Amino acid sequence: MTQPALVVEDLSLAIGPAQVVDGVGFSVAPGEVLALVGESGCGKSLTAQAVMRLLPAAIRQVSGRVRLGAEEISALPERRMRELRGRRLSMIFQEPQAALDPLATVGTQVAEALRLSVAQARPQVRKMLEDVGISDPDRRIDQYPFELSGGMCQRVMIATALISGPAVLLADEPTTALDVTIQAQILDLLRRLATERQTAVVLITHDMGVVADIADRVAVMYAGRIAETGPTEAIFAAPRHPYTALLLASIPRLSDVPKSKLAVIEGRVPTPAEFGPGCRFAGRCPLADAHCAEATPPLRSVGDGRLSACFHAERVR
Amino acid sequence: MLRHIAGRVGQAIVATFGVLTMVFFVMRLSGDPTLLLVPEGATAEQIAALRHQLGFDRPLVVQYGAYLADLARLDLGESLVQRAPVAGIVGERIPYTMALAAGSLVVALGIGIPAGIAMAVWRGSVLERALAAFVLTGQSLPTFWSGILLILLFGVNLGWLPTSGADSLGSLVMPSVALGALTMSTFARMTRIAVLDELSRDYVAAARARGLSLAAAVGRHVLRNAAIPVVTVTALEVGNLLAGAVIVETVFAWPGIGQLAIQSIAARDFLVVQTVVLFVSVVYVGTNLLADLAYAAIDPRIRMGA
Repeated sequence: MTQPALVVEDLSLAIGPAQVVDGVGFSVAPGEVLALVGESGCGKSLTAQAVMRLLPAAIRQVSGRVRLGAEEISALPERRMRELRGRRLSMIFQEPQAALDPLATVGTQVAEALRLSVAQARPQVRKMLEDVGISDPDRRIDQYPFELSGGMCQRVMIATALISGPAVLLADEPTTALDVTIQAQILDLLRRLATERQTAVVLITHDMGVVADIADRVAVMYAGRIAETGPTEAIFAAPRHPYTALLLASIPRLSDVPKSKLAVIEGRVPTPAEFGPGCRFAGRCPLADAHCAEATPPLRSVGDGRLSACFHAERVR
Repeated sequence: MLRHIAGRVGQAIVATFGVLTMVFFVMRLSGDPTLLLVPEGATAEQIAALRHQLGFDRPLVVQYGAYLADLARLDLGESLVQRAPVAGIVGERIPYTMALAAGSLVVALGIGIPAGIAMAVWRGSVLERALAAFVLTGQSLPTFWSGILLILLFGVNLGWLPTSGADSLGSLVMPSVALGALTMSTFARMTRIAVLDELSRDYVAAARARGLSLAAAVGRHVLRNAAIPVVTVTALEVGNLLAGAVIVETVFAWPGIGQLAIQSIAARDFLVVQTVVLFVSVVYVGTNLLADLAYAAIDPRIRMGA
């Protein structure tokens, strides 16, 4: 197996005393798309911000190592980190229009990732805009974000993120704010660019449909911890964590009887103040027993390259 | 773009016309100016003769028409007290007030904007608290009091700067500081809020994610976005500066139009007062027009009419 492009180990983040991300780890190979899935507030976006080392001031990193290729980057000084951002490690965001400076032209912002002005980098910027499927790049390059649609803005963001040929792209809910048809186009684009450029993509999403579309592997997060990881197909075929199973069951399907009730996961995600010593899903889990509330289930191998943090992984259906 | 400019210029013309109309009628509300001019003990015939000579016996609408016609010829009339053209009386004072306003703006913008940016970027730091205390001080000192304090300290005790008058560039320092302090505080607070608001936006995170330092992100993206509210406040503050000039010019014996206004009101020289008010209003309308044009220069969405 080739060396992973990105490895995150034992990442823990805290707001005050509350551990909001707890021992999260994953790795992504070049050209691979890993989906980091979970409900809002499960810590998936914070995980990405921690990898970029752009955490909000209120968040404290308790532990964690991040390796980019062979290089350990978690202890690099900010100046070195800045050189990596945009060049070897890029990120795109949920609201493409908000993520672009409204007063700067498209070209200026794409060229910025190369540390150049549009005048200096015009041919490269033009080529990159073409590669992300923007028609008439010669005109678009001098336009402002308000002249572009949301989908077009996300393409510009992708161009900005990939123009320096980074090894890793962190995509934080890149299609959530877009129309469904545009979503599919952007996902196809990400999938194609990941393969062509051998970029490792960490796709953060709450949408299992998105996962099924483009991810090679999935890491399911619940309340700041990884619940289950494994190849997408295997997880969709036979989940090995009760949370994943319920998440999959709650996706509406065309084959469902019309107006039948959707499956819901009873209860709600515990707040950090409510975290106990045991499994954080225990309170909502149909398989939970007394042991689950007392001990944290470790991530363990459950076959086929899959890991599950459940004592009862073998009983999940 | 052209439509934006044409629209704003049109609005400015309407506003100016409204101002000169109001100035005319409000001045006439203060009573018959003839009575202010005649010596005590004048007979009714003498008063009537003077009233006729000055044209104050004509219907108000006719006087208004004559006033507009004079204005159109740039004829501002003759001071009834000083017996000299008003244009000259006011005109020779204008450079002084302009110099004072420019000095105050330099103080206000030069200190207020960097202070506001620093307070936003280093939010929660000791520096922010120190600057906040400084800004609060500037905001809390009334001009007439801070002016006298400055004179006592730098003029009388230390002897560094002239206490009053307009003899050298040094004379401009204290009035500019006294007048600019309040505006400086306004700029600092506005800039802080505007920059904080922009710093929380996604495009800042995105700029940092593509490798910009916080300083570069602020310099290349945040300041331009934060400029719009600051430009608005600058235009509005020019009005406050001109109003404050009345006090500061009196405290420092600065021979500008603020001092002239006070003197003319005391002397009941109402044509001069009217012209000063008109001048201040036109400057105010003009600066706001400039601000409108500045928005278009800053923001492509306004420029392109989006």
